[in-house]
Amino acid sequence: MIEAVLSIGGIGLTAAVALGLAAKKFAVEVDPRELAVLEALPGANCGACGFPGCGGFAKALVEGKANPNACTPGGQGTVEKIAHILGIAAVAADPRVAVVLCQGDNRQAALKYRYVGMGDCNAAQRLAEGPKQCPGGCLGLGSCARICPFGAIEITDEGLAVISRELCTGCTKCVAACPRNVIRMTPLSASVHVLCNSHDKGAQVRKYCAVGCIACHICAKTVPGAYVIEEFLARVIYEHHQEAGAAVEKCPTHCIRDFARGYPPGSRFAAPTVPVGGKSAA
Amino acid sequence: MMRKLKTFRGGLHPPEHKERTARLPIEDCPLPEELVIPLSQHIGAPAEVCVAKGDKVSRGQLIGRARGFVSVPVHASTSGEVLAVEPRPHPSGKWLPAVVLRPDGADAWGEAPTPVDHRELAPEQLRELIRSAGVVGLGGAAFPTHVKLSPPPEKPIHTLLINGVECEPYLTADHRLMLEESARILTGIDILRRVLGARRVCIGIEANKPDAIAHLDEVCRGTEVEVAALAVKYPQGAEKQLIAALVGREVPSGGLPMDLGVVVHNVGTAAAVADAVAQGMPLIERVTTLTGPALVQPKNLRVRIGTPLRHLVEVCGGLKVDLAKIICGGPMMGAAQLSLEVPVVRGTSGVLLLGEDDKAARAEGACIRCGRCVRACPSSILPTTIAAYARLDRFEDAERFRAMDCIECGCCSYSCPAAIPLVQAVRHAKAAILARRRKL
Ligand code: SF4
Ligand code: SF4
Ligand code: SF4
Ligand code: SF4
Repeated sequence: MIEAVLSIGGIGLTAAVALGLAAKKFAVEVDPRELAVLEALPGANCGACGFPGCGGFAKALVEGKANPNACTPGGQGTVEKIAHILGIAAVAADPRVAVVLCQGDNRQAALKYRYVGMGDCNAAQRLAEGPKQCPGGCLGLGSCARICPFGAIEITDEGLAVISRELCTGCTKCVAACPRNVIRMTPLSASVHVLCNSHDKGAQVRKYCAVGCIACHICAKTVPGAYVIEEFLARVIYEHHQEAGAAVEKCPTHCIRDFARGYPPGSRFAAPTVPVGGKSAA
Repeated sequence: MMRKLKTFRGGLHPPEHKERTARLPIEDCPLPEELVIPLSQHIGAPAEVCVAKGDKVSRGQLIGRARGFVSVPVHASTSGEVLAVEPRPHPSGKWLPAVVLRPDGADAWGEAPTPVDHRELAPEQLRELIRSAGVVGLGGAAFPTHVKLSPPPEKPIHTLLINGVECEPYLTADHRLMLEESARILTGIDILRRVLGARRVCIGIEANKPDAIAHLDEVCRGTEVEVAALAVKYPQGAEKQLIAALVGREVPSGGLPMDLGVVVHNVGTAAAVADAVAQGMPLIERVTTLTGPALVQPKNLRVRIGTPLRHLVEVCGGLKVDLAKIICGGPMMGAAQLSLEVPVVRGTSGVLLLGEDDKAARAEGACIRCGRCVRACPSSILPTTIAAYARLDRFEDAERFRAMDCIECGCCSYSCPAAIPLVQAVRHAKAAILARRRKL
């Protein structure tokens, strides 16, 4: 018994000495600025900056190989802190948010088949290109919501992804996760969006979705210059977003939404309190 | 008499349901009003269309050229007029380019096919005849046959295995082919053997087809072709599992049968090879089983490629009950279809029609760690672990647990008491792993 205790203790002691020596011999010099920068970053390790985690980004910043603007989750506050640490000028970033360009939940959009299987949009998309008749609509199985590091995406009871304009930091992870390319990064200041992602002709869209864009051009005629219709789908020209709101009521299928007036039906997110054109104190 | 039948590790024995069609001779299916012949009916690059709307084509005429080595040409299944070349519903669930043909009723060849004696041709000439006839694996995978007949010189082939297992429940097309058309199969085997230079040839058949085993035993007597009875176990007809049973060796992870000096071809493919070479006929028809509880009169049919399922259902006397599920292939590995407008393609080994009562849809539960999927998996991987990683998007971990070794047989999902969509999750992981490899 005693021998056992002694020998274990002996092993422990030898290991401790060895570790101590190794720590001295192999010590890596860390630039103190790198630690300070790392401290200033949000620590979400989201990868939006294009580097492997916040640590990789901090290193690149110190080495002058990256721009502080690349951290979208950090926002302007982070950019200024980093600029201060590194002694460089802060360039104002235009904050962006992700928007799901679809309102066709299970009440509004028709299914192609009944899907029974893994709750994952990419897995469902592999079966005959997804259970929805619309080729571009949200599948509502939440691949985006699971990957969002900020909990900014909810899936409504009727199977539609909705992104909070307050919680979204613009990291773009959801855009990469979505098999249907229905999530778009847009300027936060622009609150009016055409929530449809189908390039099918109007007559076709009417067959499978009650709230799809039918390319009737009414929006573009109501506010010339604020909308463009390409391949049977309307888009807001975000430089002219201020005027775009005037067409919301005119759209026959109600597929234009002004987020300043509320989220799509079924969403639990409260209407944004953020005034159009600015982000709440972050 | 009871000798132990050869088999592989893992697997299971689902109800066979073969009695509906096992005794029914192959019938010729009449031509439909309209044929829809997809340009993509094989693994590899789709064929490139070489006819246009309004063209008159003859039976067997080339309508799509092969694009590259891993690709095969497509031929007109009968004579008639090209109504359109446009996307149409495809068994993959997508809309893919197809040649729409209205038969003229004459069913006339352009030039009559010229039979040749394959014993006078060199292996390269045989291989070229097989390629230009558009022969692919008819067991279901539709992999171009000439590619499997072109092993690199450093991998000599000593064994040719012929797959007459037909382990999927319900399907009996290969069974009938072995009973009724063994001469075609044997000619095909002789051609395949010559191309590969294989010494050993063995036909593997599941013991639930004693008549086919006895018949082939008889016709092979005095030749060098062996006939082996195999245990009745799914997926005995999967390539690697057949090799394990008949050669007694395992194809290494990530490897090919070629690495063991073995090549496997299906009995239907052998028959198509015989037609391609000895008869000079392109692959424009196949034998397929029309079956399932929703169908009035199940049949084994010789069908022209491009025949819409709707026509086949009519030929089989229509439906008894409302259709709830259409499956092309067998119930284990087949693909559910969106409509009866989908055509029969080269890989359609069967069509299964189910009513609402025949579907077993259970709600998914949590994994109870019973290990049934692990025991059933013929690839000796851990389906439940891989599925769990797939759900978390941890595809590197899924790869580490050998997700790529999955043969997608579905044994795991079938045996899971919690109804977890295991094979779907593993397939999802495989697709994600491949996508990432392509990016690197
Ligand atoms: S937005 Fe895309 S990823 Fe998110 S639920 Fe819809 S389809 Fe799925
Ligand atoms: S919603 Fe998308 S872009 Fe916004 S934080 Fe979440 S993952 Fe990032
Ligand atoms: S008014 Fe509505 S439906 Fe018409 S084009 Fe504009 S967005 Fe589309
Ligand atoms: S993991 Fe793949 S190989 Fe194993 S049982 Fe499931 S489907 Fe078959």
